[in-house]
Amino acid sequence: MTDDVVLPDDPSLGPDVQIDYPGYRSTRWRVPARPLQTLPEELHALDGPVFGEDVLQASDNDLTRQHDGEPLGERIIVSGRLLDEDGRPIRNSLVEIWQANAGGRYRHEVDQHPAPLDPNFSGAGRCLTDDDGTYRFVTIKPGSYPWRNHPNAWRPAHIHFSVFGRAFTQRLVTQMYFPGDPLMAYDPIIHAVRDPQARELLIASFDLESTEPEWALAYRWDIVLGPGNGATPLEDA
Amino acid sequence: MALPRTPSQTVGPYYAIGLCRRDDNVLDPDGVELTGQLLDGQGEPIGDGMVELLDPVARTWGRSGTDREGRFSFRVRPDVEALEVLVFARGLLRHERTRCVLADLHGDGPLVFDIHMQGQNPTVFYEV
Repeated sequence: MTDDVVLPDDPSLGPDVQIDYPGYRSTRWRVPARPLQTLPEELHALDGPVFGEDVLQASDNDLTRQHDGEPLGERIIVSGRLLDEDGRPIRNSLVEIWQANAGGRYRHEVDQHPAPLDPNFSGAGRCLTDDDGTYRFVTIKPGSYPWRNHPNAWRPAHIHFSVFGRAFTQRLVTQMYFPGDPLMAYDPIIHAVRDPQARELLIASFDLESTEPEWALAYRWDIVLGPGNGATPLEDA
Repeated sequence: MALPRTPSQTVGPYYAIGLCRRDDNVLDPDGVELTGQLLDGQGEPIGDGMVELLDPVARTWGRSGTDREGRFSFRVRPDVEALEVLVFARGLLRHERTRCVLADLHGDGPLVFDIHMQGQNPTVFYEV
């Protein structure tokens, strides 16, 4: 069964995700069937959107403090840096996350997994990166949950991330996984990245240094964006 | 040596929790309505997709989730040549990029820009 879902590693396909990965059924009628075309030129410098503090509300970066009570589950700190390929920090950039609660249930009408909703957990956060490109969230470790991609399919625990970067062409939506999760071996979505070294880039590290004793464990996950073709050159590059 | 890039993963079906919390579909409050349907290769509406627009001249940005009919809507500046478009959905392991040329959208009323992921007359998608 897993042979159909998890294809053998193939680093020759490159580090990017295989967008028509057959093990992930929803790709079939949705992924463009014709080759992508090359734009002859960009019409404009495609700077990404600029966000300010006005997009943020108090406790947007602390998903454990968005309600009157505390959510159930294992409190964690997730932090890391948003970088370009040269290792330069991407500053003042909006990072948005969303996730299931500790029981593996999303606060979304479509999610019918019979695990309890947590009245004290919405599962959404956002923050801006600082001068060092660093983002930081306090949240609850999300649970695994079943989905109907194939018989007995379970998603490994993950947090969804959305980041912008400096240019429209750097836009990235992805998922962060947790080290040692046995479900990753059976998951077609992470295995759509056919290069095992590239898959590692989606897995956070346990981060003892960032833990808060008697309070929360911590994970670290850096995000590296591709080249921002067409973006206005950085003044501080 | 360049750092390896973080790969993309699908936005999944529950993106609205994190990404559609604000009224983000207005690029220009005094602009015109731009609407359309996001459709799959069988002509079925994609009811759990998301479209993002960039007006590259005004440097404004917007985002709209799709409803059960796959419909999205924006308010945009009418006098821009083209809007840059990104499409996200469950089943798309990486977002797709296309371009909305406003002069190609005819008729009175709201501008209509349908997006066909596959099919006989698919939308043209570009390398990012």
